[in-house]
Amino acid sequence: MSQLGIVYALLGAAVAVFLSGAGSALGVGVAGQAASGVVSEDPSKFAKVLILQLLPGTQGLYGLIIGFVTLSKIGLLGGGAAEVSVQTGLLILAACLPIGIVGLISGRSQGKTAAAAIGIIAKKPDQFGKAMLFPAMVETYAILALLISFLAVSAIQI
Amino acid sequence: MNDLEYTYAVARIRALETSLISSTDIERLMACQDEEQCLQFLSEKGWGDGTGSMDASAMLTREEEKTWEVIDDVAPDLSVFDVLSYPKLYHNLKAAIKEVCTEMENKNIFYDDCAIPGKEMLSIIQNKEFGRLPGKMGEAAQEAYETLLHTRDGQLCDVIVDRAALDAIYEAGQKADDEIIRNYAESTVAIADIKIAVRSQKTAKSLDFMKRAMAPCQSVNVDQLAKAAASGMDAIREYLLGTTYAEGAQALEDSPSAFERWCDNRMMETIRPQKYNSFSVGPLVAYALARENEIKTVRIILTGKQNEFPDEAIRERIREMYV
Repeated sequence: MSQLGIVYALLGAAVAVFLSGAGSALGVGVAGQAASGVVSEDPSKFAKVLILQLLPGTQGLYGLIIGFVTLSKIGLLGGGAAEVSVQTGLLILAACLPIGIVGLISGRSQGKTAAAAIGIIAKKPDQFGKAMLFPAMVETYAILALLISFLAVSAIQI
Repeated sequence: MNDLEYTYAVARIRALETSLISSTDIERLMACQDEEQCLQFLSEKGWGDGTGSMDASAMLTREEEKTWEVIDDVAPDLSVFDVLSYPKLYHNLKAAIKEVCTEMENKNIFYDDCAIPGKEMLSIIQNKEFGRLPGKMGEAAQEAYETLLHTRDGQLCDVIVDRAALDAIYEAGQKADDEIIRNYAESTVAIADIKIAVRSQKTAKSLDFMKRAMAPCQSVNVDQLAKAAASGMDAIREYLLGTTYAEGAQALEDSPSAFERWCDNRMMETIRPQKYNSFSVGPLVAYALARENEIKTVRIILTGKQNEFPDEAIRERIREMYV
């Protein structure tokens, strides 16, 4: 039964990394397509559209942070796995869910918003600041989810 | 098709929209002294083949080709654009029927940038292979061919083919998944019906003729419109005031060219929301129509300048731009 506890905890780390990483991959992919469209017509806008393309990439990093914290918590990074009860394992899994789920949804949504903002750069490159704000708004919710996942994983006693 | 499939294409179109002709460019064209100055301005804006040639017709033809080269390049699915080439396709059918029936050869009367280019269409009509034509086009072709052959009535032949074209556009719109194609089809057919009503009223055509020529659609009741046209221009205006085409009534009151201008402006109005759409095929269709509109407007200005028309006469015919 004690083995099942660490399996749940590892599943939590996997959910955080996998879902938020998938969200970022989708988001960066969509924004990248839009960026390629603009650069194929006007290569001088490369730097500006690249920044917008990278914005949805942060969710993957947040998931990675939670994944690291979780692995560190259960002692897997130190070389020796801690004794994790099923209840604690499930608690860790639950703590990892916010960044996983919000990371997936916000990454995808931020990618679409970034693609739309790249359209602003295509037509009005001088409005870069405003264009960046729209996808940045989506980031707020990924940060909130990161915060909750981080606090929750940190608070669990092993 | 998933709207996200168009992300690359829409972004590229957004970048290209910056080089579309704006209202300011139109003012600058109007300020040019003559056709040569206009061509010089357009050439500096990147129009033409880049060799600096000042042949207006070649420049406009090259611009039409460029539009479709872009669409060919960026669109993941070209079949969506078929409906835009229906007017050219049915024009080819009309031209081929007339050429075969009159046994007269004419140069440059066919379009080659559509599903069935001129040469192939001519061969289909010459060999009476109407079954090779898509959908209901074959039936219309056979009817128009036999009508022209037996009655020698060119106008009746035109009415049959034009009606078939409108029906095909409307049917394609009904079947389309994309809202812009549905709106395009609805606007095209409705505006064509209104044009038929106005022209029929001016030439005193019968109610039966109008009903034969008009294609049914959602936003215009063809029976009521035809009856209004049979009663007079005021009745057409009155009928239009009760539809979504009320502005057309005002344009009709102003002048025939103001009405023609309104017809094209109405299409621009239909596609304008696509400027704010970042996904889907909408912005691509809007770009193709916007280019068509600007080429038409530039042609009007060049023709006006070439023939030394007064500025007011040209200005009355200038269409609203997409950007």
